[in-house]
Amino acid sequence: MADVTREQESAIADSFEDILSMLPVIRDASQSAREILLANLVMIGEIPSPTFDEFRRVEFIQNRFVEAGLHNSSADEMGNALGILPGKSGGQNILVVAHVDTVHAATVDHTITLQPQSVIGPGVGDNALGMALVVTLPMLLELLNIELQSNLVLMGASRSLGRGDLEGLRFFLSNSEIPISTGIGIEGFPLGRLSYNSIGMYRGEIICSVPEEYDWTRFGATGAILTMNEVINHIQEIRLPRRPRSSIVLGSIMGGQAYNTIATNTVLRFEIRTESEQVGEEIYHEMEAIISEVSSQTGADIKLDVFARRWPGGITYQHPLARAARRIMGALDIQPRKSPSTSELSAFISHDIPAITIGITYGEHMSSPEEEVLIEPIFTGLAQLIGILLAIDRGFCSAD
Amino acid sequence: MQIDSWLATNTFHHSNFWDLNTLVQEKQKQNLKISLCIPTLNEEKTIGKEVVIFTSELVQRYPLLDEIAVIDSASTDQTREVAAAFGAQVYLSRDILPGYGEQRGKGENLWKAIYQLQGDIIVYIDADIKNIHPRFVYGLVAPLIFRSEIQYVKAFYDRPLASSQGTRPSGGGRVTEILIRPLFSLFFPELTALIQPLSGEYAVRRQVLDKIPFPIGYGVETSHLIDVYHRWGLGAIAQTDLDRRVHRNQPTRDLGKMAFGILQTFLKRVEALGVLGDLPELSTTLRQFQVNKNVFEEIALNILEEERPPMIDIPEYREKFGIS
Repeated sequence: MADVTREQESAIADSFEDILSMLPVIRDASQSAREILLANLVMIGEIPSPTFDEFRRVEFIQNRFVEAGLHNSSADEMGNALGILPGKSGGQNILVVAHVDTVHAATVDHTITLQPQSVIGPGVGDNALGMALVVTLPMLLELLNIELQSNLVLMGASRSLGRGDLEGLRFFLSNSEIPISTGIGIEGFPLGRLSYNSIGMYRGEIICSVPEEYDWTRFGATGAILTMNEVINHIQEIRLPRRPRSSIVLGSIMGGQAYNTIATNTVLRFEIRTESEQVGEEIYHEMEAIISEVSSQTGADIKLDVFARRWPGGITYQHPLARAARRIMGALDIQPRKSPSTSELSAFISHDIPAITIGITYGEHMSSPEEEVLIEPIFTGLAQLIGILLAIDRGFCSAD
Repeated sequence: MQIDSWLATNTFHHSNFWDLNTLVQEKQKQNLKISLCIPTLNEEKTIGKEVVIFTSELVQRYPLLDEIAVIDSASTDQTREVAAAFGAQVYLSRDILPGYGEQRGKGENLWKAIYQLQGDIIVYIDADIKNIHPRFVYGLVAPLIFRSEIQYVKAFYDRPLASSQGTRPSGGGRVTEILIRPLFSLFFPELTALIQPLSGEYAVRRQVLDKIPFPIGYGVETSHLIDVYHRWGLGAIAQTDLDRRVHRNQPTRDLGKMAFGILQTFLKRVEALGVLGDLPELSTTLRQFQVNKNVFEEIALNILEEERPPMIDIPEYREKFGIS
């Protein structure tokens, strides 16, 4: 095995170029952890973990943290799995976090198929792979003879997606006594993803209901689907500025029961995304006005339920953490794709903690039962993570 | 031995053996070698996962297994390539003891594993398990490590979670409940204590494996139980609850073939052991029927349950393992 030797590892401390030169070695050496990483991916991914019901997956992760000898391995009251890998000096605390929950219901068949080139199954990329990497990290660092100065706080964050609204990570950052200096969010894919700022976001549902005893003789009395259609038409008319960039994503729509009965309920899921807090508020108020208007015209009961919000912010393009991440990616021939995030990053931003989110490998069919991640690029993604950790640890990412 | 006391002392749950460190220490203290054999025929979808999980958990993290071998019956898909890609030792069944020819059937692979593998204990795990987990191996191996009198450990699958009723069926498969349990009740009542006598997962000491014959088809599990029971007694057998096994369900017609093969083996064993006296020559043709445009058609299938002799009788084996 092409281990990173003690001499090489201590040389890393001297310059950023040394870290860059070690990356190919780290990538090759970490191949020897292939079976353990893939086994973690499979075993984590086969435990259903829908948002608000992550208990079994968290229990598995916690057991792994205990087996790895992490300190303070525990699950907090929000259901986050936590463990600390102490550093040599413990001068700063780096939080590496992956979300534990998935968009897949517990009733979905979570069987994972392992092929020589890829892993296939619901949630393998989002985010069983990210979580597997966090769980395998202590063993990988040991294998590579890398001992950080900083404490590494490893976390499987519960209640991240949808209505979870990053509740797990927010809870930890608000209540933990451990001061976090830097955060790294891990997503299974895509490799090359580099998020260091968060866009503003409103996530919610528009719920349209008409009563069973609805007066069908009234204007617009065509049931909940056409009423929702009216709402959508008005949303389409909202004028969005080109700068700051803003968009309204209509993500999913559900409604009705059968072919031959008029629908009494419709739910539209949406996100407002914008670089400007003010524009976000304006769009939100316009949507409120649309709903009032359509509701008064049709007599339908229409509710606007916004259950998750993000505020724009983050570190700048020139921040040393963002610069270091780009250089490390470049050294590994990864094309960085700057991608504003609505994920874990915004929880860090709310606490003024410099943070990035990165992806680990390439994949496709995201969010489908046939979600697929490629195995070979994982080791490049892994070298990228360890490179960034070393850069933070050795003080190359601090804005001070 | 009473069934009740056997159930109390020789029936385990995999969670009894969660402490893998202790298990590995005990294995090392006894200087045991343990081999895993996965017999395959066209299992490319599940074999990779089995090999990776067992390698990671029971070779690299906790060194319980000394070798992981796939013994393949000439799969036409990518089974061998996938298994090899993840580091398993892969053998083509026909290449092992080639002088003895090639029989088609899972029992053939299990029998040849005794010659090919090195372990003092061999654990057999089917390749079609969708929810594979290390417990499938350690749950079966542990009773052999901790209890020297136990020779043969069989898996069964139950769900000991909440139940709305105080009692519930023990959950054997259809062939078990309709064929095997009635047969055992008639001829070997103590063997009815095995919850799932046909499960394809078991761990056995070499000193037992090389002394029993191997039907090469459907009857191998039934034959094993009868022979081990007859020769070593019920106390040598144990069973472990591995919770849940997700696999392909077989259509009823295939279960008919399975039952026919098992019945042939069963009758041969009871005749050989003198339990039933001499039997007439038995037909090897199973007759099933299908309806084609309101016309009943017979499908005649020849199912011959051939048998390999105890491995100890094979000179090459005796030579390889230094048995005089």
